[in-house]
Amino acid sequence: MEKCKVSFPRFGNYHIPLEFLFTKGLGVEYITPPPSTKRTLELGAKYSPDYVCSPFKFNLGNYIEAIEAGANTLVQTGGTCRLGYYGELQEQILNDLGYHVKFVNMSKASYSNPLTFYNEFKKINPNLNLQKVTSALIATLKMVECIDEIDDFVRQNVGFEVKDGEMEKIQDEYLETLKTAETKKDIEKITKNYKKKLKDVKVKKPKKLMKVGIVGEYYTIMEPFSNHFIEKELAKKGIVIYRWMNVTNSILHNTGKEQKKTIKPYVKYYMGATSMATVCKTLEWAKEGFDGIVHVKSFGCTPEIDAMPVLQKISNDYKIPILYFSFDSQTSETGIQTRLEAFYDMIMMRKEKK
Amino acid sequence: MKKAYLGIDIGSISTKGVIIDEDNKILASEYLWTEGNPIDAVKRLLKALETQFKKKTYQIVSVGTTGSARKLIGAMVGASVVKNEITAHAIGTTSLYPDVRTILEIGGQDSKIILIEDGIVVDYAMNTLCAAGTGSFLSSQAKRLGVEVEEFGKIALQSKKPTNIAARCTVFAESDLVHKAQIGHKKEDIIAGLCKAVVTNYLNNVGKGKKILPPIVFQGGVSKNIGVTKAFEEATGHDVIVDPNSHLMGALGVAILAKKSKVENDFSFDITDMEFSTIGVECQKCANHCEIICVYRDKKMIDSWGNRCENGAIPIKK
Repeated sequence: MEKCKVSFPRFGNYHIPLEFLFTKGLGVEYITPPPSTKRTLELGAKYSPDYVCSPFKFNLGNYIEAIEAGANTLVQTGGTCRLGYYGELQEQILNDLGYHVKFVNMSKASYSNPLTFYNEFKKINPNLNLQKVTSALIATLKMVECIDEIDDFVRQNVGFEVKDGEMEKIQDEYLETLKTAETKKDIEKITKNYKKKLKDVKVKKPKKLMKVGIVGEYYTIMEPFSNHFIEKELAKKGIVIYRWMNVTNSILHNTGKEQKKTIKPYVKYYMGATSMATVCKTLEWAKEGFDGIVHVKSFGCTPEIDAMPVLQKISNDYKIPILYFSFDSQTSETGIQTRLEAFYDMIMMRKEKK
Repeated sequence: MKKAYLGIDIGSISTKGVIIDEDNKILASEYLWTEGNPIDAVKRLLKALETQFKKKTYQIVSVGTTGSARKLIGAMVGASVVKNEITAHAIGTTSLYPDVRTILEIGGQDSKIILIEDGIVVDYAMNTLCAAGTGSFLSSQAKRLGVEVEEFGKIALQSKKPTNIAARCTVFAESDLVHKAQIGHKKEDIIAGLCKAVVTNYLNNVGKGKKILPPIVFQGGVSKNIGVTKAFEEATGHDVIVDPNSHLMGALGVAILAKKSKVENDFSFDITDMEFSTIGVECQKCANHCEIICVYRDKKMIDSWGNRCENGAIPIKK
């Protein structure tokens, strides 16, 4: 039998913990898809239905590029929106294109019952060692938390570094070093070390700090290429950026129940996917007096479209400006720049007036 | 010599320019078609502006650019301020109407709404991915109906019973218009209906969810169409102010910003005789293939942009 080479679509920096999980836990080779580029999107868009959301197109592009890099087993996750059906369709498309690969669709597994994942993993490697998987999984989750923690720190401080680019360099180096980790202990040690390095970077913060929160759809908010790097762009203008949405907060420590309580004055029923978190964080940050909120989604993302009228209401009630972005495969860079610039001017002039 | 400031607003359809003095008084102004060539349009604009003001009394010390070609023209004229059109419009309008609460703006290809409180922008929105209800839609429909777009407003006012025209999308609007014309609706009713459709579309797409409070100022090229202004008044229930210089607000705003910037370099009209050109190159250093725009003045590169990372940066010899 051919050796199993697994790949999963590119998504923020999570390819590093995924590689750890697959190599250390499942004992198979992991192919990291090349970073998403214009080519990835073009490839994906070419073979996708036009009206499907851009995350589908990015995923498909990542798959094709991963196959080109040698992958023969592709994994897709389930989800609480259309994402739940994407695996099936992508498998079909890849098949029609003549790529004969194994497709493992995790939407058959359930997050509430971890054993179902074990069953899916078994399709990747039948000689699975439960103990090994468990210990690797624990370390993987730790790694996810560490990556998210470092990311949060950079997001909130990168706009104030005295020497431009220092933090990004440290973060890149951190992620590279993480790849050498063998155990959970290694991960913790590396993270502690780099956290210190980041804290030692010289920053100069003004007295009146501008705070902007980013909310929105799961993929677009977490994959910087798909949102035209707006998070960094805003941060670099000297803004503290807050983002709650990451794998740690949304999956590992989900606070769905409390969110439901917080947003009760605005939302009565469950709205699906990330929309509840979008509303909840917008409301919390509005109450805390943030200077603005940026809402991002892929074009046609229904749960997030449903959240928008609620955000509009919060914006009126708390007098907080909200900038809405909808990305697809043909979004123009100029349009984004114009809106971001105007948003920055606006919140700055508001701040000066206060 | 007194100081003067130049503001240029280069839109997709038209190019606007103003020269102001220290008190924001307009000394010269010009409005012409961009005709798909912003560099040439700005040269023509500068030539026209040059003749309108006293060059012996005033020296332009700072230039600002706005509009969709702001970056290119900014590099060409050596602008001290290159500003997005939302901020520029807000600054221009509030300089004339300090109490304004809502700015409605419809240009050739875009439309926006800007909400103002105590003289500062508190919220805005801009149309995305769709040109329904903008100036170019109106001018293409004018052509179809065989009237000049400049006459549109006057004709619309003659209508007693505006035709209902589907407003959601230009494609639907156009086929609806053809249909209504073929079943015998009067031309003035159709034109008045179109003006209404533009307003409905604007309020649903751009103004959606925003509170439109008076005083309301309407600007951009379409504000010259009195039919649309009237439709706005009917839809909002408030008076709508249209300044005689409503098409110049962006240029005025960015001239004021140039003044405020305190970055001063004497501007010379000689640049109208220089040759400017741009070359777009696709960076081959990674799969992103960023399109890098290089701007040349008399065959010497003066600026470049479009690269997402350092690899694509092109050093400029000064």
